[in-house]
Amino acid sequence: MTGTGTPFVELRQVALTYGEGRDATLALAEATMSIAQGEFVAVVGPSGCGKSTLMKLVTGLMPPSRGEVHVAGQKVTGPIKGVGMAFQNPTLMPWRTTRDNVMLPLEIAQPHRSRLRAEKAAYIDRVEKLLASVGLGEFGAKFPWQLSGGMQQRANVCRALIHEPQLMMLDEPFGALDAFTREELWAIMQDLWLQRRFTAILVTHDLREAAFLADTIVVMSKRPGRIIQIKRVDLPRPRTLETTFEPAFVEIVHELRERISEVRAA
Amino acid sequence: MSRERRLQLIMPWAVTIGLFLIWEIACRAFNVSSFILPKPSEIFAATVKFYGPITGHSLHTLLTTLLGFAIAVVGGMALGLLVGASSLIYNGLYPLLIAFNSIPKVALVPILVIWFGIGTVPAVITAFVISFFPIVVNVATGLATIEPEMRDVLRSLGASRLDILVKVGIPRSLPYLFASLKIAITLAFVGSVIAETVASNEGIGYLMLAASSRSDVPLVFSGLIVIAILGVVMYAICAWFERRMTGWAFRGDIVT
Repeated sequence: MTGTGTPFVELRQVALTYGEGRDATLALAEATMSIAQGEFVAVVGPSGCGKSTLMKLVTGLMPPSRGEVHVAGQKVTGPIKGVGMAFQNPTLMPWRTTRDNVMLPLEIAQPHRSRLRAEKAAYIDRVEKLLASVGLGEFGAKFPWQLSGGMQQRANVCRALIHEPQLMMLDEPFGALDAFTREELWAIMQDLWLQRRFTAILVTHDLREAAFLADTIVVMSKRPGRIIQIKRVDLPRPRTLETTFEPAFVEIVHELRERISEVRAA
Repeated sequence: MSRERRLQLIMPWAVTIGLFLIWEIACRAFNVSSFILPKPSEIFAATVKFYGPITGHSLHTLLTTLLGFAIAVVGGMALGLLVGASSLIYNGLYPLLIAFNSIPKVALVPILVIWFGIGTVPAVITAFVISFFPIVVNVATGLATIEPEMRDVLRSLGASRLDILVKVGIPRSLPYLFASLKIAITLAFVGSVIAETVASNEGIGYLMLAASSRSDVPLVFSGLIVIAILGVVMYAICAWFERRMTGWAFRGDIVT
């Protein structure tokens, strides 16, 4: 659908049904889409439209009932490795300092896992740099519960990024934050993406957030979720808060809003 | 130290001493026979008089209890991790665990005596079986309540089940473990004393039984109080460990 070259993530007529027999509910119906390497995709839709299901399918945490998911040219059959994930709930470990929380993926994902012991200092340096780049430079030694909600969420994003995954899955990571903090984190997220150019899938119900961050916005219908529109966002980067007041931006948000109202009413 | 804080520290002592004072006064006022309820002063006198035997027997009980408790901690943690990590094992074992926990442990002692004879072994085992259950349940709860998002994060990094257990499961279940230790240590005393009362020639339980057969009621009460003190001291040690090991679970003041 978008981008050039071979798609990095590809969904071919993917469907997911929860439960069995009479209790079976169709969560996602016939989703087909492809995402290019380095593309930032946002998925929006009314609540319960299978947005989060889509995330679990792409990462292989859940097998599809029908259809196929391909990532990096390979069919997904189990949890794929080297994915960065960030959820609305920061799920930082309260017994680890912020720095050690961000270190976690390095202790698990290869090749870092086998190198960690030998190159500990270099890795710690890398963590500190990443923390500093999101404004948490002085907070590495603090415990997560000593941080504010916005700071916890920044640490969460750092944890998802530290092992330099090619694919980032963001499931409403800014959903629980106040409006100011949220907008601040959009900018930080965009900066990180511009530097590293990972492929990102962001699930959100905030249309402004989708329009701010994404190259492509996928609009889904209410349950059973269907992809009803794919919208390109061609606004220049880096986008700033000023961008969100420009007519082109407002128009995109307006159009999405209208589309979602239609499907909610339907 | 503020007035408030000083009061907080004095309170437990004040209440305990107050209780003993009321006890003493009530016994004198209503002229209660020391065969029914001895006065604290009489209990104290008996404790001083039998200082030697009480020390010996209570040390024996303490060792018996600690041994049973140690086995319960190791076994309880191991089983708790198994039960918490696998829903298959959980489903298989849980009804059995509850059934076993419902058995009055005093009813086990005669069986243990048949197997191991009279003495320390049945007391150790009773202390173990009675304090085992809360540890298993708590450790398993700690594991079973890992947030699903946390699991997803780890799985998508390529973590194995063992990784998840080591990185999240065990640290997460530690506060639950330490909370259960405080309960388990006091239960372990119940277990060892029960067994000593039924089938032993040593320990504070035996001492109390012997004293009661001689109608030396003050000594029986002295034994009770010694057990209570041991229980409180061991509880305090467990609580201290809990704070040291899992300070993060108590959360300090939030800095924003």
